[in-house]
Amino acid sequence: MSKRKTKETHVPVGECVAQLQKLLREHLCREELPETPEGVASQHKHLLELLRRTALHGESNSVLIVGPRGAGKTMLFKSVLKELLENEDVAETLLQVHLNEITRQLHLENVVGDKVFGSFAENLAFLLEALKKGDRSSSRPVLFLLDEFDLFVHHKNQTLLYNLFDVSQSAQAPVAVVGLTCRLDVLELLEKRVKSRFSHRQIHLFNSATFPDYVQRVEKQLSLPATFLDQRQISVDILRRHFNSSKDFRSLHMLLMFCLSRVSVSKPSIKPADVLEASRMCFADAKANMLHGLSILELCLIIAMKHLNDLYEGEPFNLQMVHNEFKKFLQRKSSTMYNFEQPVVMKAFEHLQQLELIRPLDSSAARTQREFQLMKLLLDTSQIMEALQKYPQCPTDVKQWAMSAFG
Amino acid sequence: MTETLRHPGYDEEKLQRIAELLPCREVQAGLLLSLMGQPEHLCYPSVFIYGHRASGKSHVLNILMEQLELPHVMVSCVECLSVALLFEQVLQSFFGADAASLLPRGPSLSDFVRIYRQQCSESPTYQTRYIIMEKAEMLRDTEANLLPALLRLQELVEDNVTVIFLSEIVWDKFRPNTGCFEPLLLHFPDYSKGELQQILSKDKHPSYSAEFYSSYVNILLGVFYSVCRDLKELRHLAALNFSKFCEPLEEGKVKESDTHKLWRHIEPHLKKAMQTVYLREVSSHQWEQMQEMDNKDVGAVRGLSAHTHVELPYYSKFLLIAAYLASYNPARTDKRFFLKHHGKIKKPNILKKNEKTSNHLLGPKPFPLDRMLAIFYSVVDSRVAPTASIFSQISSLVTLQLLNQVSHDDQLDAPKYKCAVSMDFICAISRTVNFDIVKYLYDFL
Repeated sequence: MSKRKTKETHVPVGECVAQLQKLLREHLCREELPETPEGVASQHKHLLELLRRTALHGESNSVLIVGPRGAGKTMLFKSVLKELLENEDVAETLLQVHLNEITRQLHLENVVGDKVFGSFAENLAFLLEALKKGDRSSSRPVLFLLDEFDLFVHHKNQTLLYNLFDVSQSAQAPVAVVGLTCRLDVLELLEKRVKSRFSHRQIHLFNSATFPDYVQRVEKQLSLPATFLDQRQISVDILRRHFNSSKDFRSLHMLLMFCLSRVSVSKPSIKPADVLEASRMCFADAKANMLHGLSILELCLIIAMKHLNDLYEGEPFNLQMVHNEFKKFLQRKSSTMYNFEQPVVMKAFEHLQQLELIRPLDSSAARTQREFQLMKLLLDTSQIMEALQKYPQCPTDVKQWAMSAFG
Repeated sequence: MTETLRHPGYDEEKLQRIAELLPCREVQAGLLLSLMGQPEHLCYPSVFIYGHRASGKSHVLNILMEQLELPHVMVSCVECLSVALLFEQVLQSFFGADAASLLPRGPSLSDFVRIYRQQCSESPTYQTRYIIMEKAEMLRDTEANLLPALLRLQELVEDNVTVIFLSEIVWDKFRPNTGCFEPLLLHFPDYSKGELQQILSKDKHPSYSAEFYSSYVNILLGVFYSVCRDLKELRHLAALNFSKFCEPLEEGKVKESDTHKLWRHIEPHLKKAMQTVYLREVSSHQWEQMQEMDNKDVGAVRGLSAHTHVELPYYSKFLLIAAYLASYNPARTDKRFFLKHHGKIKKPNILKKNEKTSNHLLGPKPFPLDRMLAIFYSVVDSRVAPTASIFSQISSLVTLQLLNQVSHDDQLDAPKYKCAVSMDFICAISRTVNFDIVKYLYDFL
């Protein structure tokens, strides 16, 4: 696959690659607003209409935009806002506020100065009062954007939400409240009085991209000619695997970032091998990687725990039981190479606990002695067996012990 | 073995030096460099690096940042008890102490973002800034919105900044409930045995040859590798034991090339080190002192655990034995062990005891005071009157933490206890009073 290099000016390859990297990194790391948002046309129209009504006609509205992570909620809002502000009438009248810093952003510090406020409701009322402009009879419409809406729900009494929705329902200054959240059940979390003041208007965004859309996105991001991907079956298979595990574009960007990092002056194009390597890095099993670095004693302890789990069907164990199981294995082997004392075994056990590969069942650690505290293994049998295959210089009898059923 | 690092945005010489300072970690350094890209380019907003202790994560990043002189701040999450400390450190490193003083008392995330943005617009930089957080697993215990915010810091402050997390724990344990922005995951693999040998051999002593030191390292790894692969621990052990290794050489008994004799001399010493210094039972200072003492004078090294072996009075020993028997024998078997005429007791299940129910694996069980006293009167050979001195000895056993009190402090009439000593300890004690405890234990019938 070749990149379109600028053929007009003869720049050296190094600089060309550098520019390329810079451009593509901007695309992948900083989520730029696309010219026209794809696939969300109806939601876009809906939101635009709503906000326009608030801005131009002074109508109060509230809406929630709900969608999984990476579905494009913030992107949708920003593109709607951009389009809204292009309209001149609107640009004059609309004031966009980030809720954390209302007072500061509206330059009201000098006004607030020495006043002491009681409740939040008074605060908000004062704010809206202060927004009344001199020459117009009504106050300016205000747009409130609440990102991570589900976190506001956990405030005490949900005061902020109550007041905002209250203002939007009563005939005071025109406000538009837009909330972005990733929880589908966010309405269940609202209190009854807050819920009744909310307009129950929700805009849903789902990752409705199909696989061809996904592939098209790859091409767009890397500005590739459309025909290349059909020819390399490997890349398409890898992309399909990624698509099947998660449809959203953020994970795609991560994969492309890994591919991009392998582009350099000596190899200025991305080959299928790069995509394969990047995919391998994305799908690596982290726990298996950590198991690779354990010492033999710790590995034997994990195998002993696995046998205990198989024998007693997942009941919790403690260090004494694990050590006992290990000693039974050592009795069968004639060499005394792994005959370690109890404290050494205890130290290995504690190391496993530190790595969070095992964890205590309950936190009543004070009452029981350490070697009798019940623990649970947080690894799967398949992970252990896979790690054993890759373990460097694993002694064969340890492997055989692991494979045998019931030790 | 040393590959050369090459990257267009950075100076060749500096990269050469970095490759020399990072033995066996060139691949990881190269990967990091390629992800970082040139200084003016954007980097991915957050990167998560995981690997075992002493696998070189902080070391590689330190060397990279310092040698290439990139704007960075290293924050250890263990030091940042409150988020204010974290914010202060970041602002101070990037924008100077004045910026850090702008933070209000008890700053929140929004204050930090606001001040960062302000400072950024005043003093823009075109180089990527790096925030490196070590021991990132501590971030899970801070407020819930800190970790997701740090993951998207680039987006919040609209600046070319990347946050790098270093941790021993895998990323799956960090993920918040409702999801977050996923960082790039990088793994730093552990060192292989050959690589450990290579790195440890670099610490060679000036007055001995390199081959001599590396044969010493070989012997050390042979003893300790199956137990511990942590580079820091191995270096510590290597440094402590080297003088003992060189002893026969200094005394002139052997030559440098007589590896077999040297091995025979040092091996028991290393085995003893595994039980003491490795477990931190003795401090390194004590260990070095012990080495200087003459060989014949060396008795058993008194480790920390040995100090629990206190001399108890006669009746206290029997009380402790009675407590052990009460903890580890089921109550229904008391009749069989401690009554003179118990008749035939049929064991309800004659089947072989399932090992799991062996009390020595499950731990001690709580018992009421009366039961312990009943056993006590039965095992003590002389007639003992129940005076206050006996009862006060029970309290002193609890203070010594040889017994644990299980019941609440309010219950004065029927307190419950548990015995907290190990089998070896109680066998040693019963030997001193000529009492055969194994005969009375249910698990050893």
